[in-house]
Amino acid sequence: MTIKGMNIHPFTYIEVVILGLTYKSTGRKAVDGVLKIKKLTKNDKVIALAGNPNVGKSTVFNNLTGMNQHTGNWPGKTVTNAQGYCSYNDTNFIMVDIPGTYSLMAHSAEEEVARDFICFANPDAIIVVCDAVCLERNLNLVLQIIEISKNVVVCVNMMDEAKKRGIAIDIDGLSMLLGVPVVGVTARKKKSLDGLMRTVYDFLHVDKQSAPVKVKYSQVIEQAISIVESELKGKYDGEINSRWIAIKLIDNDEKLTESIARHLGYDIYEDIAVKEMIDKAMQLLNENGILPDTFRDKIVYGLVSTAESICAKTVEYKNRDYNSSDTKIDRVVTSKITGIPIMICLLAFVFWLTITGANYPSQLLSDGLFWIGQKLADLFVFLKAPDWLRGVLVDGLYRVLAWVVSVMLPPMAIFFPLFTLLEDSGYLPRVAFNLDKFFKKCNACGKQALTMWLVYIRMRNNDYLIIPFAN
Amino acid sequence: MSKGCSLYDLKQGQTARVKALLTTGSMRRRLQDIGLIEGTQVERLLTSPAGDPIAYLIRGAVIALRSEDSSKVFVH
Repeated sequence: MTIKGMNIHPFTYIEVVILGLTYKSTGRKAVDGVLKIKKLTKNDKVIALAGNPNVGKSTVFNNLTGMNQHTGNWPGKTVTNAQGYCSYNDTNFIMVDIPGTYSLMAHSAEEEVARDFICFANPDAIIVVCDAVCLERNLNLVLQIIEISKNVVVCVNMMDEAKKRGIAIDIDGLSMLLGVPVVGVTARKKKSLDGLMRTVYDFLHVDKQSAPVKVKYSQVIEQAISIVESELKGKYDGEINSRWIAIKLIDNDEKLTESIARHLGYDIYEDIAVKEMIDKAMQLLNENGILPDTFRDKIVYGLVSTAESICAKTVEYKNRDYNSSDTKIDRVVTSKITGIPIMICLLAFVFWLTITGANYPSQLLSDGLFWIGQKLADLFVFLKAPDWLRGVLVDGLYRVLAWVVSVMLPPMAIFFPLFTLLEDSGYLPRVAFNLDKFFKKCNACGKQALTMWLVYIRMRNNDYLIIPFAN
Repeated sequence: MSKGCSLYDLKQGQTARVKALLTTGSMRRRLQDIGLIEGTQVERLLTSPAGDPIAYLIRGAVIALRSEDSSKVFVH
């Protein structure tokens, strides 16, 4: 299915922000055992691909590695890390696609997988893929990753889409302000990824002199951070930035300290000197009226306002009204009067096309396969094979297989491309948006409409499966 | 605008700035992740057929929020 690569103009993505994925739904197992990397040779470079969801991270991954990882627009598709290989010049790269997240602070299962990989797997470089259309929001994650690691390369994807909407991005300026290499690409076009790999290659081989931007927090917070950081510096010299660990320690991020203990064998809370410094920093914050909750708010505020000021200097909206035509389409597909009817018609059409459309190829396939079956049976007779053998192989095995293939293959070959088309056009999130309220009534969320849809098709296929046996 | 106005009370096409987030826990962090902090400009963009959720334009991205969450984001 090459539909992913087609040039479909997606309208702006709508997200339904609902707390969905938690440990309960994904299970702890997803998080464990994600740091294993299969290196082919010792000189292979490990490159992590990070980024917000829906920024074309998987397109970058697939086009670089030649793999066909299908990922969808709902959370939880990549809870573990996918790996692929590619090479540039004389170097082999192991690309690791880590889960898409908006942040590394909210502690969903994906965020923990992503953070642990960035912190403990020591990738040689981390490519953070961003969406050029809403760069400002993407920078939040970029800044968080820059706080952790100095090996960051920023890849601004969907440059063509941004251009279409009159958004001009000063890539060099962005690189200067962030203090890390920045490349603009259009991942759908494989050629444009050359520039990305060249930059990564240069970054690894030539200039590793980047001086990443430091997010500045208020004076009291900076003071508190440096109290803890000074104590950490002597004891802990790893790849992970000690300033960042200091922030997390003041923030009392227990999951991180657990991870540090698990991966580095160093339990920070056992270290009395560090603990003393944390208490001292907390006290200082307390005296200045910064309670633990306010501390986190101020950290977020620092990140978001840094992203805002960087974007103000590097992103120019030539056409302020760039969203208006999309908004008009959106009004129609989500309005009170037309929204639901359009949705029902569209979904009914997809079903109709799947069910009726599949009849013809199904008929052809079954005719063909059963003709071959007949010939096979004739062959057995010709060879004077025993009846029971013919019964097992031809009447049993072959016929069942022929049935399953001819009945199941066509609907799937029609439905899944159509589904992908709807997904890429951005219509599916609108379905979630339209249906959320109804689903909420039975304690689900609109996003689950999509899952139900897939389940329905699978159920139909199971019906089919039973038919040959019932015959 | 009056004192106790939330995102949920915005009218279609109306724009406002965030004054305070009254949510707590992970939802608060989620909202902060999408750039919803004090002073962020928000525009009400779309309403779903059932009237809830409502989609807002936040920092260039379209985000749909349920009423129970949007009513806890105060604006002015």
